[in-house]
Amino acid sequence: MTQGPAGAEHPGSGQRLRPFDRRLLGRVAVARWALAVNLAAGLTGALLLLAQMTLLAGIVADAAQGRLRQVPAALALALAAVIMARAGLAYVVELSGRRTAARVMSALRAELVKRRLSGGGAAGLETSDSAELATSAVQGVDGLETYFARYLPQVVLACTVPVAVLLWSAVVDLRSAVVMVVTLPVIPVFLALIGRSAGARSRANWQALAGLSSYFLDVVRGLPTLRAFNRGTAQIPHIREVTDRYRRTTLATLRLSFLSGVVLDLATTLSTALVAVTLGVRLVGGTIGLRPALTVLLLVPELYAPVRRVGSLFHASADGLAATERILATLERDPPTAGPVAGGVAVRDRGTASPDPAAVPVRVRSVTVRFPGRPGRALDRVDLDLQPGQLVAVVGASGAGKTTLGRVVLGLTRPDEGVVLAGGRPLADIGLDNWRGQVAWAPQHPTLVPGTVADNIALGRPDAGAEAVAGAARRAAADRFIERLPEGYDTLVGPGGRGLSAGQRQRLGLARALLRGARLLVLDEPTVHLDEAAAGQVAASIEALRGSATVLLLTHDRDLAARADRRVLLDRGRTAGPAGRADGPGAKVPGVPAVAERVR
Amino acid sequence: MTRAPAAPDGDTTRPLAAVSSPRVLARLTGLLGLRPGQLALPVGLGTVAVVAGAALAGLAGYLICRAAQQPPILSLTVLMVGVRLAALTRPVARYGERLAAHDLAFRALGRLRAAVFARIEPLAPAGLEAYRDGDLLSGMVADIDQLQDVALRLLVPLGVAVAAGTVVVAAVAGISPDAGLVLGAGLLAAAVAPPLLAARLVARSQRRQAALRARLTANLVDTFGAAEELWLNGADDRAAAVLAADDRALVEVALRDARAAGAADALGVAISGLTAVGVLMASTAAAGRGALDPLLVAPLTLVALGVFEAVLPLSAAARHLPLILSAGRRVLDLAGREPEVADPGEPAAVPPRFEIALHQVAVARGPRRTRVLDGLDLRLEEGASMVVTGPSGAGKTTLALLLARFLERQAGEARLGPRDLRDYRQDDVRAAVLLSAQDPHVFDTTIRENLTFARPGATDAELGAALAQARLGDWVASLPAGLDTRVGERGRALSGGQRQRLALARVFLADPAVLVLDEPTAHLDVETAGALLDDLWRVAGRRSVLLVTHGSPGPFERCPRVVLQRPGPAPADFIPSG
Repeated sequence: MTQGPAGAEHPGSGQRLRPFDRRLLGRVAVARWALAVNLAAGLTGALLLLAQMTLLAGIVADAAQGRLRQVPAALALALAAVIMARAGLAYVVELSGRRTAARVMSALRAELVKRRLSGGGAAGLETSDSAELATSAVQGVDGLETYFARYLPQVVLACTVPVAVLLWSAVVDLRSAVVMVVTLPVIPVFLALIGRSAGARSRANWQALAGLSSYFLDVVRGLPTLRAFNRGTAQIPHIREVTDRYRRTTLATLRLSFLSGVVLDLATTLSTALVAVTLGVRLVGGTIGLRPALTVLLLVPELYAPVRRVGSLFHASADGLAATERILATLERDPPTAGPVAGGVAVRDRGTASPDPAAVPVRVRSVTVRFPGRPGRALDRVDLDLQPGQLVAVVGASGAGKTTLGRVVLGLTRPDEGVVLAGGRPLADIGLDNWRGQVAWAPQHPTLVPGTVADNIALGRPDAGAEAVAGAARRAAADRFIERLPEGYDTLVGPGGRGLSAGQRQRLGLARALLRGARLLVLDEPTVHLDEAAAGQVAASIEALRGSATVLLLTHDRDLAARADRRVLLDRGRTAGPAGRADGPGAKVPGVPAVAERVR
Repeated sequence: MTRAPAAPDGDTTRPLAAVSSPRVLARLTGLLGLRPGQLALPVGLGTVAVVAGAALAGLAGYLICRAAQQPPILSLTVLMVGVRLAALTRPVARYGERLAAHDLAFRALGRLRAAVFARIEPLAPAGLEAYRDGDLLSGMVADIDQLQDVALRLLVPLGVAVAAGTVVVAAVAGISPDAGLVLGAGLLAAAVAPPLLAARLVARSQRRQAALRARLTANLVDTFGAAEELWLNGADDRAAAVLAADDRALVEVALRDARAAGAADALGVAISGLTAVGVLMASTAAAGRGALDPLLVAPLTLVALGVFEAVLPLSAAARHLPLILSAGRRVLDLAGREPEVADPGEPAAVPPRFEIALHQVAVARGPRRTRVLDGLDLRLEEGASMVVTGPSGAGKTTLALLLARFLERQAGEARLGPRDLRDYRQDDVRAAVLLSAQDPHVFDTTIRENLTFARPGATDAELGAALAQARLGDWVASLPAGLDTRVGERGRALSGGQRQRLALARVFLADPAVLVLDEPTAHLDVETAGALLDDLWRVAGRRSVLLVTHGSPGPFERCPRVVLQRPGPAPADFIPSG
């Protein structure tokens, strides 16, 4: 039963859309409980159906033959009881199905969040489209509700009811049961039909919808740019066109997949017609009584109806499963935790502390990074030495790989080849969860989290007091603009920091990194948006770190680089020579005037 | 971490909450472009399907009861043909209904997307600034997608229920008024009670569910986007806890919804089953009185059993209604905002000359109407260039937005050529004055498509020339796919400098008379920035350039320089996002 009758090939992914997704059931215990409830409800439901139809047929037959002036009270009550029992069953099935859907989706979201936040290589550039994933993780519950509250119960009914109907029909009238059995092989064929077309439709549908959603968001995000070029309204026909393309492709698949519905509808109505006509002929011949004939007639539609309903629900629930599928695929693709990187050493368990990068050298050895879908190498056998307490500037044209190098040192980008050593131990051995406690990062475009300015500065040191926060802001030349904000350090800032200019955001990011009190700081273009006075202030703060922390400066700011102890030129992913040989007093670094080496 | 509220606290955000549901639906139907004529086809086909189903059950029942009296078999032929005909009609009509309804829904969705986009287009950038990314996503996409259900799950099922219910009840009442009365009452109860119950119980919690979902989605997007920095700063556990709390709140509401859904379902099953029993009792009694041919008891009961499929979808529709309404309210709210800048009633002709003169200009921004520019005087002759500097927050970007007519001034004069900026259509101003913003958007498409919108129909040679001017020519030439290379979401596959240069290539393609550049070299290294400014200087020869920068202006050093100061103690270009 686990393979299910309605399995459909997923040619693209090589995965199958199943009525019972083993990965789903295996991952979430609640899902198994739902299955048990459904099996019980399915059996009870089938029996209640037989009882209702048999009672009805008996009364109707008596009435038709003029034997009743009234429906006897006892029979009417019995019928009503059966009906109320079916109603109660409907309540239980719907309730447990929806609850299961909500809990399953919540469990999947929790796991997704855990993975995404586990940092390291897991949360890197591969994050293809976080908006799409978030939408799936929240809206996907609708489809999952259909799956657990409607589809799954109906699949169970589709298995129990036809069997019950056949068995009871055989008891009532064997010949009719034989006719039904002859038409029965139709069911698996139709189910296969449904699965095939529905799987294809659902896949196409979800992809079109997700693509459309990304496209729409992209256009809305770009509205300011489009308007600057007077091209905002020009997008409207394009939106129409993209949506219309979606309509046409979806309708083309619908035309096919609804056909399986037509076939099942036909099976239901034609088998009813066939059995009715056959019974009519036999009744005229006197080979069957009215009561068994009516019982069979009432039961025939129920032979195919549950299967038919599975078909109509498959479309809806497959959409929901497609959303779940995305999340499951993401969960299976990402490594389980950040700790074990290359070599799979679970460092968390070992409890090894990280070496102090302000006390031991950090060495980048022959690191190569490639980005999928982009030619060449972002970093090509790069060597870099960071001596304890030194201020090292990596300079180079934009696109030379400075940011990538910084990310490798931080452990955010896993090198394809080569290694980063801290005190002679590879990062993989130290464990990224230990390493992150030693490092701080001021990226070029820091992300502001929802909360106050102070919350944002204290992101890496939530216990820091107001004074420490203000001190970090001062060192990052952020104090003056913060004090001008309506509520100073208590001003709320949103994600993306839309209310702040790029320079203000960057200074908050720098203050955040400075406050962290890390032993190794990676500062990505810390002065890029700043005016001269602020840039000077920031440069002085960075210089003040010398000796107490190791600083890796990624910059093209001449003045800032001049203050570094060493400068390393990065040119199209390559260092000009083995670690640090290209720098020093005599090195020719374009854009950076040679200054006296200031090594402590 | 305190959460900023989802919607900006603007002055025009709340009016629709008060608007009644029918009016919201009416306005949505308008935005969706749904007309009664379009609904006729799916509703008609759906009605035929339901009636054929009822006819099949009734005729088959009558056939059997009649056959039990053992009449000559030929007298049953008509009945047998009728049974077969109904059996064939029903699936075909159902198929047609589903296709027609989906086609209608998708067409309406396309119209809605375009209509909403057309309404929010004039709001950008100032009017949309306060919207968070995640909210825009759920607001624009989830809400709008939800609205395709107006046709599919609301109007078509309602139409079918009314039409088919009326036809079948009329037919039954024609045979037995008693049975017709019972069936009519039962159908009406099933059409009204369970949906009402579902809608009433669900309305409140689902309104909350939609808000919670939007918030959770927004928070997930934000957290995924900030994942690396949260992790690196050891703030991942705190962020996860915030999300978990949001998640719990959503699940709790969903669990409560489940009970309402279950009760409505059970009520539907009970009413339909008991009505069939009622019809059986009424027709049996009528037959007992001699008011009805006993042979008709079976068909009437079978019809009563079958016809409830017409009202079944109404419960689902009712459960959906609150979701549709709240999504619809948000969409209408967004679509109903007034743009910051309006075109004049009688626009002046395209500016003949392009000198710019500002006198004592003041601009206030944000919900607090904070002064960002005050008493600004500035003059930029046609073909001349100028550098604007000043500390961060002095209003440099505001000045750039003002010149491109993205902001309205509160005081002072601003002229473009002979007339006030406000006298021209915005499109005419922007055709002359091009703003290249600090953070230009790079679209998730090819390099080519990221360029051509600046000059539709541009040839590859023109694109190549613009790329060369922006110092991207060699790089693009080195790419295997060249101009057709995809740049990823928000230009992810490009470096910061490459993004900025791609934006500049667009500017060169657009070839405006006045070029307002907001920090064009912010992300470039010194060498490239210098070369770029040199190129800009060369291209500038025949046009005006207003260069906003805090760095070295390169060859623009020799141009007049305006230094902006922060006005007073109020914050400068700060707009609280909450």
